[in-house]
Amino acid sequence: MEVPRHWRTQSARYALEGTVCQRCGETSFPPRDLCSRCGSGEVIAKRLSGRGEIYSYSTVFQGPNGFAEYAPYLVALVRLAEGPLVAAQLTDVDPDAVQIGMPVEMVTRRLREDGPKGIVVYGYKFRPPLVAG
Amino acid sequence: MKAMKPSRDVGVVGYGAYVPRFRLPSTEVSRVWSGTAAGGPVAAKSVPGLDEDVVTMSVEAVRSAVRRARIDPAAIGAVWVGSESHPYAVKPTGTIVAEAIGAVPATLAADLEFACKAGTEAIEAAIGLVGSGMTDYAVAVGMDTAQGRPGDALEYTAGAGGAAFVIGPAAESVAILEGSLSYVTDTPDFWRRQYALYPEHGARFTGVPAYFKHVGAAGRALMDALGTTAADYAHAVFHQPNTKFPTKAAKDLGFSAAQLRLGMLANEIGNTYAGAAILGFTAILDEAKPGDRVLVVSFGSGAGSDALSFRVTERITELPRDIPATRTYVARAVPLDYALYARNRRKIMVE
Repeated sequence: MEVPRHWRTQSARYALEGTVCQRCGETSFPPRDLCSRCGSGEVIAKRLSGRGEIYSYSTVFQGPNGFAEYAPYLVALVRLAEGPLVAAQLTDVDPDAVQIGMPVEMVTRRLREDGPKGIVVYGYKFRPPLVAG
Repeated sequence: MKAMKPSRDVGVVGYGAYVPRFRLPSTEVSRVWSGTAAGGPVAAKSVPGLDEDVVTMSVEAVRSAVRRARIDPAAIGAVWVGSESHPYAVKPTGTIVAEAIGAVPATLAADLEFACKAGTEAIEAAIGLVGSGMTDYAVAVGMDTAQGRPGDALEYTAGAGGAAFVIGPAAESVAILEGSLSYVTDTPDFWRRQYALYPEHGARFTGVPAYFKHVGAAGRALMDALGTTAADYAHAVFHQPNTKFPTKAAKDLGFSAAQLRLGMLANEIGNTYAGAAILGFTAILDEAKPGDRVLVVSFGSGAGSDALSFRVTERITELPRDIPATRTYVARAVPLDYALYARNRRKIMVE
């Protein structure tokens, strides 16, 4: 049973909630108690825009436990508009259409299930924006 | 019958749609199960991706509705999701959606089930809550990933999609509610028992005693109560299990094909169940003009219809433009063959 672990990171997974340092302005994702740039503890939670672009990507053909049923699937490093680099799956896009530098937007999707009786884990993935701009 | 109207005027402050990108052409179903290219009652139906369900689809529709409403999600006093395909038997879809959009913790949240009428039932509850002054904004969703038994007549049409609405004060609304009316009886035309994977239905019994009786009675009674006729409406949308039923019901009530045009989506995406009538309503709102009257009539098996009459306001012209239109979702059609459809709907046993 993995309930506490998933519940603890819900805000980050559902809504891309990171932290912004009140001293130096650095945005961190995933959220941090101490700023990753200046070490300050004066950070506040902030929902990020969900906009970004693909920094790099690859295709997973043999997924780990819990993800195997989705293979083959695309994973990417996404440079968020606010700065952080996030590893996530891509969805609603064909492998041939993906390019480095391509704009993407965050959507909330099923990530995996904790077995047939366990919880469904939801979280962020990225897709090409439905509305340009 | 008397129209229902809350003690303070309310309306649709924001709305959002969702339809997955995959389509199953009906010729694929007939190819596999009858060996013909005859197709079925619609050209294609929408199919969810492997990582989609009523929660993820509702989250996207509600996010669009909240962005159109331009409100702080913390001000939302209820998140109600109507569906017959909630991912959990016990654990509300509503709490997950409320958490994802930032409406927690000072909010009501629950799931509703009334076959294909669950979405308008959620809207009626939201109208009551906002109309009584208990809260300023309530979110109502109708969303489904409908179940169709392989080879059954419903497999041609059981689609996926739906819509979300922020119901709020009339002064902030893009469409003000003029009145609504509900017509409900115990009619066993379609059901799914606990633990059953697929619904049962009464075949031809689903027509006259179920769909046409309830849709016709609710639509007629509401127009009588409000003193309106079909000619007073710029647009009308009816529950659409196919294209034939809503076309006939509309004609019986005096509506023309032109009045149905914007809201008729079934031929392209099939029957989105709890989402069907209200998804058509969002497609109408995308193109409606101030002053337009819109009649929405749902139908849920079991059975009942909610009829709602709205008048579009000037605020419809001020909506943000960077939110996907309903037709944008309908247009992004990626066709599947039956094998990929079977995989997407987890109909292939792998363990």
